[in-house]
Amino acid sequence: MGQTLAEKILQNHTDQEITEAGQIVQCSVDMVLANDITAPLAIKSFKAMGAKKVFDKDKISLVCDHFTPNKDIDSAEQVKVVREFAEEMGVTHYYECGEVGVEHALLPEKGIVGPGDIVVGADSHTCTYGGLGAFATGMGSTDIGAAMALGETWFKVPPTIRVNLTGTPKEYVGAKDFVLNQIGRLGVSGALYKALEYGGEVVDNMSMEGRMTIANMAIEAGGKVGLFPVDAKTLEYAKQAGFSGGVAMTADADAVYEQVLNIDVTDMDPQVACPHLPDNVKPVDETAGLNIHQAVIGSCTNGRIEDMREAAAILKGRKVDPKVRCIILPATPSIWKACMSEGLMEIFMDAGCIVGPPTCGPCLGGHMGILAGGERAIATTNRNFKGRMGSLESEVFLSNPAVAAASAVAGEIINPAKL
Amino acid sequence: MNVTGTAHKVGDHIDTDAIIPARFLVTTDAKELGANCMEGLEAGWVERVKENDVMVGGVNFGCGSSREHAPISILGAGIPVVIAHSFARIFYRNGFNMGLVLLEIGDDIDKFSDKDEIEVDTATGAIKNLTTGVTVQAAAVPPFMQEILNAGGLVEYAKKKLA
Repeated sequence: MGQTLAEKILQNHTDQEITEAGQIVQCSVDMVLANDITAPLAIKSFKAMGAKKVFDKDKISLVCDHFTPNKDIDSAEQVKVVREFAEEMGVTHYYECGEVGVEHALLPEKGIVGPGDIVVGADSHTCTYGGLGAFATGMGSTDIGAAMALGETWFKVPPTIRVNLTGTPKEYVGAKDFVLNQIGRLGVSGALYKALEYGGEVVDNMSMEGRMTIANMAIEAGGKVGLFPVDAKTLEYAKQAGFSGGVAMTADADAVYEQVLNIDVTDMDPQVACPHLPDNVKPVDETAGLNIHQAVIGSCTNGRIEDMREAAAILKGRKVDPKVRCIILPATPSIWKACMSEGLMEIFMDAGCIVGPPTCGPCLGGHMGILAGGERAIATTNRNFKGRMGSLESEVFLSNPAVAAASAVAGEIINPAKL
Repeated sequence: MNVTGTAHKVGDHIDTDAIIPARFLVTTDAKELGANCMEGLEAGWVERVKENDVMVGGVNFGCGSSREHAPISILGAGIPVVIAHSFARIFYRNGFNMGLVLLEIGDDIDKFSDKDEIEVDTATGAIKNLTTGVTVQAAAVPPFMQEILNAGGLVEYAKKKLA
């Protein structure tokens, strides 16, 4: 019987024979990740387990990206715990200060994760690396503490939903819109305990960045992983990033899927997820005219250079509405640098944007862009739960970077095609 | 173990930002996290809870972030058991790792209302609604997860493996 991508990768990391979905298997892991919020708890558990050293100092990543630059004394203390642990264990991939970026943009860029890997992270958006063909999934801190000590963890083999993306997208419609549309169709628990596997001509033509944007939001449908085939484009990206290894990989033609979802993107308009769940998705025109107070362009979903270019194309020669805070957060130092060398920074500044350091801050209502009661934001982030970005009486709408930038200019949600 | 307490019913898709908003994630202390449990759902929610009460969730309870602070805050609030229609994947795993008992009962969740008195046998998964007299049976815990529970949680399980 043929195997799905999820089954193939799990099989490559275990001695047990994978025979059916639901089976529990012990797998070795290639990379274990935690951040400044989740690592302190993982370290606490690691020590409580009696562990003295990490299983492999080169296979642990600790990225202080959530409350950094430290927003207060407590968050500074948390980072200190992580820093001291990294020093004590000799962790190779510890990132702070000017080296730090939003973890899920940073790790692929540095070639630390790549095709065929199993990556576990104490962050729910660890699934982003599925864009590179890695079985990557979020877990809690104690699971991550155990994985740091043991170099292995257990998985329940997930059934797979196959998503085929076909057709030709319109202008201003891309990866974020495809995934929002898919979440709208499946619902926020539609892929609960399951793997999502992507294919179709749209995927073949899509950049690695677009694939990561889609994989990033697998969790928003409840999914365990969002997996893309490893093609020539993936291998080239991984090689350029300095990742060693990785082979071409697709699901078997006779792989068994629990469900197949076909999405023709040809007539799709830009999509917007309305409050307060990511599956409350509508075409942008149905939300047009709602005034906004803040636009956030960044995060592990849409803070990559392509996203910055998309926003800049809209903002060039235009001004952000004076009543709107347009916050732009390039996700890593190298993306920041590219924004400068490509002249995007000048466009952002001329338009009246606030350009910040790489941080997860506003996405989770951490800092650097908190909403007051009655305020409304449009964001390229991944969650719009009630109170996610601040007050319980605030609202977050999710969109692609072009829609967010256009809305910042208009002062209200707008289709970029109509700006 | 038998737990008897009052039901606190919440809706479908209760996310981890509702359980413990990000602004409280600057500590790992269970008491402090417990004092702010469900603060993202309603300010002061936790004040209605007494020791050994039971959380009753709907579909996809615990969706969103991987923050282990979520089950810790529920435990810190004095709630040892959550029963729900279904749980989000990461939360489900975290619950077991932290020793928070999670019981999945599907549509039977409708047989429990806010403020009902509930008795839970955590060993068998039998849940009795003392207010209405109805008893329902939760889905069985997979044997491997039972093994982790029997070891006393993931910390103890890993400790044995490392020894």
